[in-house]
Amino acid sequence: MDWITIFSTTIKSAVGVETVLYALAAIGINIHFGYTGLLNFGQAAFMAVAGYGLAVTVTVMGLPFWVGIVIGLVAAAILALLMGIPTLHLRADYLAIVTIAVAEIIRLVFRSVAFKDIFGGSDGQRGFSGGFQALNPFPEGDYGFNLGPIPIFFPHWQLWVMVVGWLLIALCCFIVFLLMKSPWGRVLKAIREDEDAVRSLGKNVFSYKMQSLVLGGVIGCLGGFVYGLAYGSVQPDVFGTETTFFLYTMVILGGAARVFGPVIGAMLFWVLLVLLNGTLSEAVAAGVITFIDTSQAGALRYVFVGLGLILLLVFRPQGIFGDKREIAIDAR
Amino acid sequence: MHAETTGATAAIDRRAAAEAVFKDMARDPGVPKPDPILVVDDVVRRFGGLTAVDVKHVEVQRGSITALIGPNGAGKTTFFNQLTGFDTADSGTWTFNGKPMNGVPAHKVARRGMVRTFQLTKALSRLTVLENMRLGAQHQKGENFWRALIPGAWRRQEAEITERAEELLARFKLDAKRGDFAGSLSGGQRKLLEMARALMVQPELVMLDEPMAGVNPALTQSLLGHVKDLREQGMTVLFVEHDMDMVRDISDWVIVMAQGTVIAEGPPSTIMSDERVIDAYLGAHHDAPLSESELEAQLQDAEAALEAEIEEETQK
Amino acid sequence: MRRAVIAFTAFLGGLVFLLVGPAHADPADCQGLKGTLTFQGQPVNGARIAVSTEGGQPVETVTSNAQGAWDVQVEDPGRYRVTLDPASLPQNTEIRGGNNVRTPTVYEGNCSSVLFALQAKGAAGQQQGDEAGGSSSFWTQAAQLTFEGLNLGLIIALAALGLSLIYGTTGLTNFAHGELVTLGAILAYAFNVGFGLHLIPAAVCAVILAGILGYGQDRFFWGQLRRRGTGTVAMMIISIGVALFLRYMYLILFSPQTESYAQYTAQPGIEIGPISAAPKNLVAMGIELLVLVIVGIALLRTRTGKAARAVADNPALAASSGINVDGVIRIIWTVGAAIAALAGIMLGLSQNLKYTMGQDILLLIFAGVTLGGLGTAFGALVGSLVVGLFIQVSTLWVPPELKSVGALAVLIIVLLVRPQGILGRRERIG
Repeated sequence: MDWITIFSTTIKSAVGVETVLYALAAIGINIHFGYTGLLNFGQAAFMAVAGYGLAVTVTVMGLPFWVGIVIGLVAAAILALLMGIPTLHLRADYLAIVTIAVAEIIRLVFRSVAFKDIFGGSDGQRGFSGGFQALNPFPEGDYGFNLGPIPIFFPHWQLWVMVVGWLLIALCCFIVFLLMKSPWGRVLKAIREDEDAVRSLGKNVFSYKMQSLVLGGVIGCLGGFVYGLAYGSVQPDVFGTETTFFLYTMVILGGAARVFGPVIGAMLFWVLLVLLNGTLSEAVAAGVITFIDTSQAGALRYVFVGLGLILLLVFRPQGIFGDKREIAIDAR
Repeated sequence: MHAETTGATAAIDRRAAAEAVFKDMARDPGVPKPDPILVVDDVVRRFGGLTAVDVKHVEVQRGSITALIGPNGAGKTTFFNQLTGFDTADSGTWTFNGKPMNGVPAHKVARRGMVRTFQLTKALSRLTVLENMRLGAQHQKGENFWRALIPGAWRRQEAEITERAEELLARFKLDAKRGDFAGSLSGGQRKLLEMARALMVQPELVMLDEPMAGVNPALTQSLLGHVKDLREQGMTVLFVEHDMDMVRDISDWVIVMAQGTVIAEGPPSTIMSDERVIDAYLGAHHDAPLSESELEAQLQDAEAALEAEIEEETQK
Repeated sequence: MRRAVIAFTAFLGGLVFLLVGPAHADPADCQGLKGTLTFQGQPVNGARIAVSTEGGQPVETVTSNAQGAWDVQVEDPGRYRVTLDPASLPQNTEIRGGNNVRTPTVYEGNCSSVLFALQAKGAAGQQQGDEAGGSSSFWTQAAQLTFEGLNLGLIIALAALGLSLIYGTTGLTNFAHGELVTLGAILAYAFNVGFGLHLIPAAVCAVILAGILGYGQDRFFWGQLRRRGTGTVAMMIISIGVALFLRYMYLILFSPQTESYAQYTAQPGIEIGPISAAPKNLVAMGIELLVLVIVGIALLRTRTGKAARAVADNPALAASSGINVDGVIRIIWTVGAAIAALAGIMLGLSQNLKYTMGQDILLLIFAGVTLGGLGTAFGALVGSLVVGLFIQVSTLWVPPELKSVGALAVLIIVLLVRPQGILGRRERIG
């Protein structure tokens, strides 16, 4: 078995573009779910409108890259408002179902034949990352170092996405840190506990929930940009409900309502997933494991994701960073 | 802010003042008061075919402690919900300090100085006691999204709020718990915290929904003291209660509700001997006070009725 | 009256939103093009499909199989030309829109789906010409779609009933309910194709086994979690974990491809008045209706049924009046899993079997349950029928692939007007 490759891809995945984009979206989920208690199961839709906003602006309308970013951000904010108006006065379980429905509607519209000219149907759009790569300060080549025998190198275009992505993560974490220490964050956390009590203290709960939804959605949409720019394409089915479920797994893994929880969660998630995938498929290829084939090995890691999520919530619901005291109090 | 302006005149014995006001007042439902803070007219709330609340006219005297009593299902909590904007009335108007309040959302009701607590205490479990208190303060600069990002913009106000919160916590003997999660408090302490938190809003009218429910007897005296204290500080109190002993002890005036309507008003010392009230509680006409054996029979009837109700509920 | 107005407004609003439908692109390990040809819900066998490169170099010509599916693997990613030979289609069908060439792009390690929508010959022309000439074909089509909508609605209702009862009694919004639906279909497939049983006894075995597994799931998993005092939100997220776990287990154990049962796969339709239906669908609907009526009567009349509704209404009160709440919940899980399995078998009969079939229908089940009002059993029935009918009948005005979006939009609009659902109740505050 090729352990060098397995370790190389695993270590790279800890900081790679997948981790970056999922960490950004998970920071958004953390604001919704961890701090405000909003069960937004439509986070993938925020990533989708951002990615598609950028893609359509550049490829279909032929406008420059930065206009696409602005349009994507505006689209995410508008989506948050549209999603929030019918859902934010609903109970938590209704909210979960309606946000999934909204996300599915958006995915289905993006992959529809009727709008193929704009969104590209189920194949999506591609060829819009040129403007971003033109700003790349790194000359062409591979960057990295050898960790003993293990090579850890990234091509220049990927490195550029990663640098920008990690700067965004740092910025978002700093904003979350400032906000959650402030009276504004206090209101959000209070809404998570009991919104009627907050209302009786003269706070406009709907407005705060909406602010939370917009903020988390806009931060989440940055993940959509990173996806589009890193892969140079967007496809509708990338932004399915399972993506949102993985985000929840990451937030809970890292610890909900912790500033760095979602980032650590995303890193751990991808490290484990890539390690598992590498080991399993290498083992199958080397004939060590014979009862499954390669494609089944690919599915097996998602079996482990599901199992991991169950075990995590049953045995360590506070995640890696969580405070055991908080969980003991409230059996939500 | 109103509490503070009136606080200067706290030297007057407010209980005596309130007693003087109510001394010769008529006992009819909806009797006018000399200085009403809350005036309610024709509030109706229906759930399907059931009329839960149908209050023609009721006034609450400023600076008094008014009790709202009535048998289970009389619509007291629903009435509270209408007044505080937590539920929408089908029709009716009510004014607070002369300003119309119908259709005003719950958070604006609180901002205008009418603050309520809940029957099932709503402590914010995973916030500390001190954070619970701070949340009650109004006009916080740091509650605006943009200013929240600049700690310097709200830090000074936060210090003032904290100081006020600490004072209240000391008064309610919760200062030792300031750093604990509210969820770790006992039932009675939560009630205290909820009341203290409501005072952070600096209300004129405090509406308490069963403040004594589920509180252990050792704490009830302390809670009663705090409720009386609210009047001494110039606030008006309207509270829902079941326990007649407490009503008698602390209230200046009692309003009785049954089947959604106000059926009687009167001073606490005599209200329970009012025939309309006895009827409402016991559901039948009684010319004479009950004898021991009649009481026993009454109790058994009530228990049988309750069991039948549960049975029916499960058979549905 | 108020409800009728709401329903009507929702219906109109939904039409505005009507957009595109499913057809799942599967990220399985393949690189090429594939598709499934169906006509009025039945697979089209033997249609000839030629694939060539963008430059016109022929790659491969294939014909669709008994399930209507075809598949061409290619060496290099890029743009390809896919041509469907209209002459190879059944005589009464044609390609919607007339264009028989598609130019999809194949990405590395990805299979792209190529879509050819088929319709009855002359249907489009008639529809346009109809406006002046009379509306008989419109109404024929409407009747046909109402029938198909009822078929779908009944399947959704079967699954929704269990979901709603479980929600009502335990507060669990079960995201793994779709996997119970898939389970039924796959178990029946295992008995049917694996052990060579005829589909009918295979289905009976599958339903019984699914019921036992449902009992076990509550006995050894959910029941234990409730005892630990796990909160409803935590349980909801746990159910997501269960859904992921089961779904990919099915993928490993069952198949990443679509499959179909050994019997009743392609049945010719029979004409009943304006409706053309395969006999299997009529029988299936009869069974579905019968099961729903039996469960409904059981809820209204039997001791357990009444107890179940009492628990859903107020678990604490029910427990204090001597009802064995855990026992009732266990029965509900058993029955709920069994009828969800039945829904899966019926779904597998009218479509094909796939490991994501439950996931694909889950949102529609949720829509049905939510429309009716979470936790109200009869609300779930009404809601599901509305969803099923709406999805199918809306295709009168919009392409069939656009239909699910409308149902979801209706869900959102109804909740905007009536947040507690059609038959739900409001909560008490304070």
